[in-house]
Amino acid sequence: MLLLIVILPLVAALIAFVLPSDRLRPPLIAVTALLHLALTFQLKVGETTPDGWLAVDSLGYLILGVLSILFTLCSIYGIGYLRVRSDRPNRIFTVCMLTFLSMTTGVTLAQHLALLWVAMEGATLSTAMLIYFNRNARSLEAAWKYLMIGSVGIALALLGSLFIGYAAFLSGNASLLFHDLLSHSAALSRPWVRAGFVLLLVGYGTKMGLAPLHTWKPDAYGEAPGLIGALLAGGMTNCAFLALMRIFRITSAAGEAAFARELLVFIGLLSMAVAAVFMAGQRDFKRMLAYSSVEHMGILVLGIGVGGLAVLGTLLHVINNAFTKIILFLSAGNIHRAYGSKRVEQVSGAIRRLPISGALFLTGFLAITGSPPFGPFISEFTILNGAMETGHYVSATLFLLFLIVIFIGMGATVLAVVQGTPSESSDTGFRDSFWKTAPMFASLALVLMMGIWIPGPLYAFLEQAARTLQGAP
Amino acid sequence: MTQTVPTILILSVIMNFLVLGSSNLKSLIRNVAIQGLLMSVFSLAFAHTPSFRLVLLVLASATIKGFLIPSTLFRALREVHIRHEAEPYLGLVPSVLLCAVGTGLALLFAGNLPLASEHRGLLVVPTALSTFLTGFLLLTTRRKAISQVVGYLTLENGIFVFAQLLHESMPFLVEVGVLLDLVVGIFVMGIVMNHIQREFSSLDTERLSELRD
Repeated sequence: MLLLIVILPLVAALIAFVLPSDRLRPPLIAVTALLHLALTFQLKVGETTPDGWLAVDSLGYLILGVLSILFTLCSIYGIGYLRVRSDRPNRIFTVCMLTFLSMTTGVTLAQHLALLWVAMEGATLSTAMLIYFNRNARSLEAAWKYLMIGSVGIALALLGSLFIGYAAFLSGNASLLFHDLLSHSAALSRPWVRAGFVLLLVGYGTKMGLAPLHTWKPDAYGEAPGLIGALLAGGMTNCAFLALMRIFRITSAAGEAAFARELLVFIGLLSMAVAAVFMAGQRDFKRMLAYSSVEHMGILVLGIGVGGLAVLGTLLHVINNAFTKIILFLSAGNIHRAYGSKRVEQVSGAIRRLPISGALFLTGFLAITGSPPFGPFISEFTILNGAMETGHYVSATLFLLFLIVIFIGMGATVLAVVQGTPSESSDTGFRDSFWKTAPMFASLALVLMMGIWIPGPLYAFLEQAARTLQGAP
Repeated sequence: MTQTVPTILILSVIMNFLVLGSSNLKSLIRNVAIQGLLMSVFSLAFAHTPSFRLVLLVLASATIKGFLIPSTLFRALREVHIRHEAEPYLGLVPSVLLCAVGTGLALLFAGNLPLASEHRGLLVVPTALSTFLTGFLLLTTRRKAISQVVGYLTLENGIFVFAQLLHESMPFLVEVGVLLDLVVGIFVMGIVMNHIQREFSSLDTERLSELRD
């Protein structure tokens, strides 16, 4: 069962590779995604392969569930999107997307530090070609920078994983399985754990897009098609965050929790600050979304760093951020298509030309900046509460301050895009259609649900996951 | 035995300086290939009794790092007719000096980390860190896409040295996975590089500067 869910997308990728028709591939992704979703909801926490390398635990299951829903929605959008882009072959695009699904699923299930790394690197490589889908100079530049910065990050993460491995080796139990690392955590060599944690934080932090190694993000999100942006911002980054959560758990079990928390809080606030600075006066609305992603990754690590109630808020925010990002990236993609530009100077009156996408872009902005009644309001509020409760007054104040600055900065750009009258010259003839708007309504429903009424079982599950992360067995 | 391992490692640190000091791309690629081969010899010398799977891995990594990737890079070099000077952002002498300082720091840092008794005095950790740093310097201070790929290879060489400490406890599948990722990584970089060359008629990453805030 566990192997099946990893292999299924790979088989589909193979089929996509040999399929001769460009028209059949987009539905193939959607069908695979639906199967993947069905399999995901069949899984139970505690399921494991005999060797223990793949297993479902609460943290991994959370990320996998979000990933599967996200991918399904994006694949439905993909049917409409690839129809618009039928001028270019989609073989590589489809194969890479399905490989990405397989690799990220592997990340969520991997219980071995090095296996996790292998899957993460596989996911990175498969997305590089997705960023380059538009085949122009700008997307080429974005893909190259993504590969280069990403490979530094991934190299740091591998070295860090080996450092943790050496810490285990010195304790006499040289296994990189999370279960073994946690059960022998007291004996782990602390200097190696500290060094390893720093390397892994910077390494996987690069994948998440945390400052200061976030510079690939605006380029990649700016140049990649909207749905790839959504997959990266809600899928890839969450996987890297899962890796960080796993490392954090081991590091704190080894007795270095205070050290790890301090670093997480620092990097989280730094990312928010960087995002606030670059979002103010941002003229390119897709790059703006990239900085918004930097901000929310910062919020996630900050939440883990402050601990307490904020951990629950962080896990809620993982869900809220991913689903809100779908609305934002897909609507931004539609607006980009309709105007042939993503610069604020050329785009205005989106709500008139694309009534649905324009309105959803505005709604997505309100949701992501933490306005009630949407989900992110609840999760950000919980993180703030947690920060106050654990006595992080300075961090809490800075957190609020950055949120306000970002709200203003992002608002200026979003309103400029949505309001006004569209100029005739910029019209590409592209309009909203069912396939390209339905996934956004589905995400909107989820984001609203997370803001108004979180289902009891989900809440209990998240509380359990938060306890696990804080050291409960 | 006790002599061979440190000797090979010192040679690889010297290769770091040669890689950073290479003034043209051909010698840069050659030096990193030699380093890759040295690393393979090291891993054989390091294991007391090389197992079959180790020999297999070493052969694979020697072929890939010593021949396959370098020859691909050489071919790329021939095809693009670019000037073969390294053209770094940061001069060759400063980068070699930086690497020297970094190697010193790596020695100090490694001195503070506890080691198992059988790993003491072998210079494995400082070599790994110094090589890693060399790769990082190449990736960040060079303009040519090829030098950046060489930087990535050097990073991997550094990790490879450290990984030998854990070879016994690392499952075979994982080691193969890591190697596979390296190959696919270089392959993808190669494709992108090829497109850069076609799009800009150059492999100078200086041209890749349109995207900025």
